[in-house]
Amino acid sequence: MNNWITISCNKKNLKVVRDFVTDFLAPYDLPEVLLNQITLAVDEITANVIIHSNKEDDSKFLKLTITPKEDCFLFEIADKGISFDRSSYVEPDVRDFVRIGKKGGVGFALVNRIMDKVEFTSQGSNNICRLYKRVR
Amino acid sequence: MKITNHIKEKTLTISLDGELDASSSVMLDEELSKPEIMLFSKILVDCENLNYISSAGLGVFISHLQRFEDAQIKLIFFNMQEKVRNVFEILGLDLLMTIVSSYDEAMTVANE
Repeated sequence: MNNWITISCNKKNLKVVRDFVTDFLAPYDLPEVLLNQITLAVDEITANVIIHSNKEDDSKFLKLTITPKEDCFLFEIADKGISFDRSSYVEPDVRDFVRIGKKGGVGFALVNRIMDKVEFTSQGSNNICRLYKRVR
Repeated sequence: MKITNHIKEKTLTISLDGELDASSSVMLDEELSKPEIMLFSKILVDCENLNYISSAGLGVFISHLQRFEDAQIKLIFFNMQEKVRNVFEILGLDLLMTIVSSYDEAMTVANE
């Protein structure tokens, strides 16, 4: 099985990405809750890249690569859209979101709480988000 | 994502079947935004066949919760799979929303 997948920036492809992650990780027999957490974190970053970085432009693409390391998995999501400005990110207060009826903005909080390390790099028009998750 | 509604008097039971992500959550948002939903006093959400939820799905519930509370409509989730409940717990939403194990328990809480 390939350790990478390329998709066009359409929200309908989120399911394709989730299936790729679960199929790739299946041989590792991870607990169901952990497997779902990992799939969710990758889904959240992919959704952000599709919606915010690439404005759901079907003619643009992103690539997800999964690399098993000695004690963790590395997930790399690469695209050529607008880079994510992490310095402007503020951890949400979910109670405030409920109070004002805010619909979005908790995805990156999930990623931060699930993954052990989250990195964003940009060189020219190339952006890469790297997610590390220890499983042992 | 398949959404099925069952109405009994002032109670609306919504059964969710499938995966709630950034693509499919729009349908649920439209359902919860219908004006007639405010006519119910209890909304029970059957999550037995909800296999996945992302922040977009959570966001739909977060965005309607206060409106329902202000209208004294009880929103109660039941039959939630462990992996889905875990996603609510990561954000502490299990403390802000009512999640119970079964339909009977949901009805008991709804009638309190």
